[in-house]
Amino acid sequence: MSEKKYTEEHEWVKLEGDTAIVGITNHAQESLGDIVFVDLPAVGKEVKAKEELCVIESVKAASDIYSPLDGEVLEVNENLSNDASIVNQDAENEGWIFKLKVLDIAQVNNLMTLDQYKEFLDK
Amino acid sequence: MININSFASRHIGPRNDDIAAMLKVVNCQSLGELIEKTVPEHILFTDKLKLKPGMSEDFNKINMQLLSLKNKFKKTYIGLGYHNTITPSVILRNILENPGWYTAYTPYQPEVSQGRLEMLMNFQQLIIDLTGMDIANASLLDESTAAAEAMMMAYKIKKSKQHTFCIQNSCHPQTLSVLKTRANPLGIKIIIGQPDEDTFGCLIQNPDTYGEIENLDKLISDNKSKNIISVVAADIMSMVIMKSPGFYDADIVIGSSQRFGVPMGFGGPHAAFFATKDEFKRLMPGRLIGVSVDRNNKRSYRMALQTREQHIRREKATSNICTAQALLAIIAAAYAIYHGPERLKNIATTINYNARYLKKSLEKLGFKILSRRYFDTLVIEDIKAKDLFNKSVEEGINFRLIDDKTLSLTIDETTTLEDIDNLINFFNTENKTLDAKDIEENLDVIFREDDLLRENKILTHPIFNIYHSETEMMRYLKKLENKDIALNRSMIPLGSCTMKLNAASEMLPITLPGFANAHPFLEKHQREGYNQMMKELISMLKDITGFDAISLQPNAGAQGEFAGLLAIKKYHEANKQGDRNICLIPNSAHGTNPASAQMCGMEVSIVKCDNLGNVDLNHLDEKIKEAGNKLSALMITYPSTHGVFEESISVICEKIHNAGGQVYMDGANLNAMVGIAKPGKFGPDVSHMNLHKTFCIPHGGGGPGMGPIGVKSHLENFLPGHPIVQNELGLTSLDAVSAAPWGSPAILPISYSYISMMGDEGLKLATQVAILNANYIKEKLKKYFPLLYSGKNGMVAHECIIDIRPIKEELNISEEDIAKRLIDYGFHAPTMSFPVPGTLMIEPTESESKEEIDRFCTAMISIHKEIEKVRNGTYDSEDNPIKNSPHTIEEVSSDEWDHKYSRSEAVFPHSYLYNNKYWSPVARIDNVYGDRNLFCVCPPIEEYEDVSNA
Repeated sequence: MSEKKYTEEHEWVKLEGDTAIVGITNHAQESLGDIVFVDLPAVGKEVKAKEELCVIESVKAASDIYSPLDGEVLEVNENLSNDASIVNQDAENEGWIFKLKVLDIAQVNNLMTLDQYKEFLDK
Repeated sequence: MININSFASRHIGPRNDDIAAMLKVVNCQSLGELIEKTVPEHILFTDKLKLKPGMSEDFNKINMQLLSLKNKFKKTYIGLGYHNTITPSVILRNILENPGWYTAYTPYQPEVSQGRLEMLMNFQQLIIDLTGMDIANASLLDESTAAAEAMMMAYKIKKSKQHTFCIQNSCHPQTLSVLKTRANPLGIKIIIGQPDEDTFGCLIQNPDTYGEIENLDKLISDNKSKNIISVVAADIMSMVIMKSPGFYDADIVIGSSQRFGVPMGFGGPHAAFFATKDEFKRLMPGRLIGVSVDRNNKRSYRMALQTREQHIRREKATSNICTAQALLAIIAAAYAIYHGPERLKNIATTINYNARYLKKSLEKLGFKILSRRYFDTLVIEDIKAKDLFNKSVEEGINFRLIDDKTLSLTIDETTTLEDIDNLINFFNTENKTLDAKDIEENLDVIFREDDLLRENKILTHPIFNIYHSETEMMRYLKKLENKDIALNRSMIPLGSCTMKLNAASEMLPITLPGFANAHPFLEKHQREGYNQMMKELISMLKDITGFDAISLQPNAGAQGEFAGLLAIKKYHEANKQGDRNICLIPNSAHGTNPASAQMCGMEVSIVKCDNLGNVDLNHLDEKIKEAGNKLSALMITYPSTHGVFEESISVICEKIHNAGGQVYMDGANLNAMVGIAKPGKFGPDVSHMNLHKTFCIPHGGGGPGMGPIGVKSHLENFLPGHPIVQNELGLTSLDAVSAAPWGSPAILPISYSYISMMGDEGLKLATQVAILNANYIKEKLKKYFPLLYSGKNGMVAHECIIDIRPIKEELNISEEDIAKRLIDYGFHAPTMSFPVPGTLMIEPTESESKEEIDRFCTAMISIHKEIEKVRNGTYDSEDNPIKNSPHTIEEVSSDEWDHKYSRSEAVFPHSYLYNNKYWSPVARIDNVYGDRNLFCVCPPIEEYEDVSNA
C-alpha cells in the first residue's frame, strides 16, 4: 500500500495496485461545512485527469470533484448516498468517494505528497 | 426641500428637518453636495428629466380609473392558456390587497417567513396532487418559460448527448416561440410532430392549444420505449377531474396556475408550476420549499436544495431563475384551500358541462364542431368564421380566430348559464328554436367513455379540507401573516433588494377590472388603456435611463439579463461576428449574471476586483486580451454590488467597446441613479431595470417582478417580439422570451403611478435620500462595525457593506448569528454574505424614516454591546443571546430556563421592544437537517388532531 497523494483541488488519492481510491481532504470537508449530498459518478465512466467527475454539496456551497488521474470509475461509495455526513466524520477513510482503475500509474508522480500539500495549504 | 403636500413627501421617509440633521451627520451642506461628493462627476446628469411634475394621489387614482375604462371588452373566450377566473373576495382582500403578504421578501430568512413558506408548501402539495408527480417547485415565471425550463432539464437528464426537442402536438404559439428562443443559443433543434433519432425530449400540451385531449398513454409510453423524456404542459383546471399526467408516467409536468383565482391581467403575473419525478429533483429549476426542524426540534419550513440555484451555483445552476411568482402561487394555493376538493370538482365539472351543452346546441344550429375529446374549448369550422369573429369583437366579446375558416371558444369558471344562452343566441342568426331537454339528454359523454376520469382523490390533506368558510379562511390567512416580517412591520434593510414603499395608491389600480380582467390577446382597439399606459411608461423609462428603446417583455430581472445578452449575441451575428461568445463578469456579480450568460451559450470568464472592491483594471485588460475577437460582452452592476459608484465605469465601458464587445449593465442598483445619472449616456449598451426594486412593484414574498430592458439604438432590432402580437410597442421580432407580449402588464400600473406621482423632482429627491440614508447608516455604524468598501470621499452609494469576519475570527460570532439576533430585535436581516462572504449589506431605501433607521442602528449597536460582553467574558462564548437567537415565546415562558443569561436579555434586549415586539414563530432552523432529510410536501397537522380529540 502506498502513501496518500494530494491534489490542488483538495482531494486525496491512495493507490492499491492499479486502483486509486479518491476522497476529499479533511481540510476540504472542514471548509465546506456540513455536507448534505454527494452526487456519485456513474460506475464505468471514463475520465481524464482534472476533469469534473461529480459534485459534493453542503447547504451553502456546491463543489466540483475532479478526477485526479486518467481512468475509469470502478466503484463508488454507496454509503454516502444514505449518509453524506460520513464525509464530515471521516473524510480520509470511510468517507472515500470513488475508486478509479488507473490508466497511467506514472501520473501519480504529478500529485503532491502530504508535506507538499501542507505547504500548499499554508500559502 | 420636499413639498410637504406632495406624494413624494409620503413616499420619502425622512422629513425636511430630519434630512437637515442627517446631512450634518454625513458632513454635507445639502443633498446636492452629497450627490457631488458621491457620484463621479463625468456621469452626473445635471439637467431636468422631461417628466411632468408629480400628480396628487387622488388625481392619479382618477387617471388610472380613466385608463382602465379605456380597456373595453365584455366577455373573452379566447383561451390560449389564459382564462377568466373568480378571485374569492376573502383572498383578494386578505392577500392581494394586504401589505402583510405583498410587501414581504423572498423567504431566505426562514424564521421570519414561516407563514408564506407554509403557503408555498401548500402550493407544492396542490401541484403534486393535481399532476400526480412526486415533487413540485414553488413556481416559475409563466407557462412558456416553464416549458423551456423543462426542455433544459430534459437536456441535462440526457447528459446533452442528443440535440432535438420535439413538440409532439399543437402547443400554444407563445410556448413554441419561447422554446425556440431558448433552444437556439444552445444548439438545440426544435422539431414538430414525430421525434427523430436525435430527440432527447418531447412536449405534449394537454389539452392541446385547440382544446383537444391527447392520448397521453400512447404518446408517453412510445416515448418511454425510445428513452425520450416526456414533458406535459397541463391545464390545471382540467386536471381536477381528469387522469393526471403522472398516472401515465410523464417525466415533467408544467403549466400555469392562473385560472386558480389569479386575474389574467393582460398576460401576467401568474405562477407557473413545475413538477417532476423524485429521481430528477436535483436538476429541477426554481425554489423548492422543504420541511426541517428548528433548534428545539420544532417543525419548520425553509427553502431546500439551494445549491441548485444561481446564487450558489452561478453558471452551473439548473436555471437563471431568481424572482419567481410567489404571491401568485400563494393566491392559487389559497384558492384551492378555500374551495377544497369538492368545490373545485364542481367548478371543473360545470366548465365541462357548459362546454358540452354549448357544443350540442351549436350542432343543433347546424355548426360543425371539430372538438371530439374536450374539457373547455370548442373548435368551430365555418366558412364565415372571420365574419363571426368580427361581429363578436364589435359586440365586445372575443373568440380565438384560428384561421379564416376556424374559430374556437373557451369556457371558464366565470361563464354563466346566461352567457351560454347569449353565445347560443349569437350563433343563432336564423332564430331557430332549441329544445333544452333534448340537448341535455344528448350531451357528449367524454370522460367516462374514454376512461379519462381521475384515478384518485386529490387534496386529501387537512389543509385543503378545513378552511372552506370565510371566517376560517380569513383567520388562517391572518395566522400565517402574523408569523412573518413584511414591510408593514419593520424596515427590511436588504442590500441589493431595494425594499422601498409599495404605496397603497400605486397598488389600487391593479385590481380595477379594466386592468385585471384583460386577456393578453384582445384586439388592439379593445385595450387602449393598456396601450396608452405602456407607451407612456416606455417614454418615462427612456427619459430616466437614457436608453433609446425599451422592451417590457422580460418578466423578471434574470429574464431581462437573458433578453439583453441575446440582443448582444444577435447584434454580433448580424455583424458577421457570431464567434464572439465570451462574457466577462466581475466576481462580485449577482449569480443570475453567469447563469444567464450560460443560457445564451456564452462562455463565462471572471474578472477580479481589487482591494477597494472595484473592477481590477489590469485584470480586465488581461481578460480582454485573452478573449481577443471572441469577446462578446461585459456584464457589470452599477453602482457596483459593493455599493460604490466606481469612478472608472466609463473607462471600463470604453475598453470593452474598443475591443469590439458590448456592455450589459445589471440594473439592480438603479435606485441610486434615477434623476442623477443616466446609464444609457455613460457607456452601457443594454440594461435591465428591476421594476420590483426601483419602481415600487412589491416583492410579493419572492415575486412577481418585472425586468424590462433598455437598449441603445443599435440593439433595438434585436429586442424580443411575439408570435401573436406584432409590431407594437417594442415588439419587433417573432422571438419571445416570455409567454405574454409585455410580460406582466397587470403590475405596470404600480410603476406608472409611482413615476406619475413622484414627478421629475420627486424621483430625484428619492435617489438623493436613498443615498443619504445609506451614508447616514454608514456613519452611525462605522464605530462598531468596520465598513468594507467606499467610493470617493469615503461615500457609499445607496447601500453599505459591514464586515463581520473579524468578529467571527475572534469570537466565532458570524454574520448569520447577527442576522438571527436582529429577529429578536424585530428586524429582518440585511443581505447576508453577498457579494462578500462573512458580511452584511444594508440598503435602507429612501422610504425609511430617520426614526426607523435610528431604531435599526440602535438594534445593531445593542448587538455590538452584546458582542462586547462575549469578548469580556460577561457572556459565555457559546450560551449567549446571540448564538441562541432567535428566541421563541415557548422558550422564554417555559418553566425551565437554564441559559447563562436572563429571559429578558433574550427577548427584550432594548426598551423599545416593550412597545412593539415581534415573536419569531420558530427558533433557529437547522438547514443541514432539512437538506439531508428532504421532505417537500405538507406535513401532518397534529394541532388539529389535538383539538378535535379534546
